[in-house]
Amino acid sequence: MIQIEKLRKVYRGRGREVTAVDGVDLTVAEGEVFGVLGRSGAGKSTLLRCVNLLERPDEGRVVIDGRDLLALRGGALRRARQGIGMIHQHFGLLGSRTVAGNVAFPLEVMGVPRAERARRVAELLDLVGLAEHAKAYPARISGGQKQRVGIARALAGRPKVLLSDEATSALDPETTASILELLRDLNRRLGLTILLITHEMDVVKSICDSAAVMRDGRLTEQGPVTGLLARPGSELAGGLFPLPPAEIRDGYTLVEVTFVGGATDEPFVSALARKYSLDVNILGGAVETVGGERVGRLQLELPGDPSLNAAQIAFLREAGLAVTVKTPTPETPDPGVRPAGTSAAGTPAAEPPASGMPSAGRHAGETSAVGTSSAGTPTAGTPAPETPASRTGAVHDVQEDAR
Amino acid sequence: MSWDEVTPLLWPATVDTLYMTGVATLFTAVLGLLLGVLLVVTERGGLLPAPPVNKVLGVAVNIGRSLPFLILMVAIIPFTRTVVGTSIGNAAAIVPLTVGAIPFYARLVEIALREVDPGVIAAGDAMGATRREIVGKVLLREARPGLVSGLTVTVIALIGYTAMAGTVGGGGLGNLAVVYGYERFETKVMVATVALLIVLVLIIQAAGDLVSRRLTHR
Repeated sequence: MIQIEKLRKVYRGRGREVTAVDGVDLTVAEGEVFGVLGRSGAGKSTLLRCVNLLERPDEGRVVIDGRDLLALRGGALRRARQGIGMIHQHFGLLGSRTVAGNVAFPLEVMGVPRAERARRVAELLDLVGLAEHAKAYPARISGGQKQRVGIARALAGRPKVLLSDEATSALDPETTASILELLRDLNRRLGLTILLITHEMDVVKSICDSAAVMRDGRLTEQGPVTGLLARPGSELAGGLFPLPPAEIRDGYTLVEVTFVGGATDEPFVSALARKYSLDVNILGGAVETVGGERVGRLQLELPGDPSLNAAQIAFLREAGLAVTVKTPTPETPDPGVRPAGTSAAGTPAAEPPASGMPSAGRHAGETSAVGTSSAGTPTAGTPAPETPASRTGAVHDVQEDAR
Repeated sequence: MSWDEVTPLLWPATVDTLYMTGVATLFTAVLGLLLGVLLVVTERGGLLPAPPVNKVLGVAVNIGRSLPFLILMVAIIPFTRTVVGTSIGNAAAIVPLTVGAIPFYARLVEIALREVDPGVIAAGDAMGATRREIVGKVLLREARPGLVSGLTVTVIALIGYTAMAGTVGGGGLGNLAVVYGYERFETKVMVATVALLIVLVLIIQAAGDLVSRRLTHR
C-alpha cells in the first residue's frame, strides 16, 4: 500500500548539511497499522512528511496505492494528497471555524457541493463521536476531542491511507488510549492503512501490527511487532519490556527468554526445572498483550556456567522461545587484587557480601544493579545444588581453577 | 468667537475628516492587505517563495514608512495630480494619505499573518488545498482578529495624518485646529476639535475591538 524506497532527505543551510532521512526502505501492507518509533530528532517526522510530499525527498521513491507520488506535481499532487489523510500532533485545526467547519474544509477543497458537504460532515462527526460538538469552536473542546476532529477531517476524502504525526503525543494517557482505540477501530472497520510515527512505546504496543525503529535517519529494525519482540537484542523488545540490568553471578547462566503467543500456554519454566532438576530463578519479567497476542520476556538465572547449560538452552529454544544468553560486558575488569585467604574459595559462601548488595559482580550492560539485589539468594524451598559463589571476580577465578 | 460661531465650523470639518479617512482606509485596507500577504508568501520557505521580490517589497515598505508624512505629501504631488487630477483639496489629500498608510498597514498585516500557526498551514497543504485556498481560507481567515486590530490602528493613524491635509488645501478637524485654534488663538475651537478627535478615536478603537473580539473564538 505504501512503499518507500531508498528515501533520503537532506537539509542544507549555511554550509551545514543534516541528513534527516538516510536511505529508508519501508513497506506498509494494505490494512495494516505500521508504527515508526524513534526519539525526537531521529528523522521520523521528516520521513512521514516525505510520504505526502510536504517535504520533497532528495532521493528515493514513494509509492502509494501503486502510484509514484514523486512523479506528480501541481494539481495531480494535490488530488493525490486529498486521498491521503493526515493527523497532526497539535491537531492543526482552524481556530476560526467550528468543529463542523473544520471537517468541511477538505470537502470544500475537493469541491464537494454544499448539501453533500453537510451530510458528509454529520456522518464523519458521528463516526468519531463528536456530533453534539458540531457548532463548538476548537478552543472550547478538549485535546482528545480536537484530535477526533482532526481524524474526522482526515477521513473526509475517504482516504485509504492515514498518516499520523505523533497524534497522541500532546494527550494524556487516558485520552491517548481512547484515540488509539478509535484509530484501531477505523483501521478495522474501514480497512484504513495507517502509518504512524511516535516516540511512545505504548502506541506501538497497543495498535501496531508492524513497526520500525528509527535512529539517526535510518531504520534499525522493522517487521511485524510480535516478530521484532521475539528477536534477540531487539531494541523494541528492550523498550517494551525493560528488564532490570542483569548482574551475572559467577557459576550461573543468565538468559533472557522472549515468548510470543502460544508459547505462553506451556509452563516452560517448571518444565525446565523438572526435566533437568534445576532451580530456576526468575529475576525479572513482563507479560503484555501486543497486537492481540500475549508476549512476554523473562530473565532467568540457571545454575552453572553457560557451557553447562547448553542442553537446557536448547530445550527452551525447542519450546519455541527466543533465548539470549547474557554475557558479561568485557569492559569492566575486576578491580580487586586476589584477596588473602582466597585459596579457601570453593567452599560455600566463603565471602558473603558485606552489605545486601553484591560487591563487585560483573554487570551485563548497565552498571546499576537495582532489582537484582535479592537475586543472590537461592530459590526458596529447595537447597541450591551449587553453592552461591562469592561474588568477587578474584574468587571466581579461583573457583574456576578449582573445577 | 462664541460657541455659536464655533459649532457651524465643526460639522463640515468632521465630515471632511471622515471623508478623507474613510476613502483612504478603503484603499489602504485592500492594497495594504495585498502588500502584507505578498511580504509573507514571497519570503524564503513561504507559500510562494521569491526572495528577490520579498527583498524589494521590504525595502519599499521601509522607505514608505520612514518618510515624514508632510514630506511625502509634497513629494508625491505629481503622482497625486495624475491620479485625481488636482493637487489641492480633500481628494488630493487622500492620495498621500493612502500611500503613507499602505506600508504601515502592510507591516501590521505581516505581523498578523505570521501569528498563524504553521501547523494549520501544513494541514491545509496536506489536504491538497491550493495556495490560493491556503491564503484565503487559512492565512487570512485565521488572522482576521489581528487584521482588524491592525486596521483599527491604521485608521487612527490616518486621522492623525489628516491634520496635515491643510498643507495641500484639504479640510478636516486637524486643519480647523491649526487654522483657528493655533494660528488665531481661538482656544474654544482648539478645545472643541481636540474633544471631537478624542471622541472619534475612542469610537473607532471601541468598534475595532468589538469586531476583533467577535472574530476571536476562544
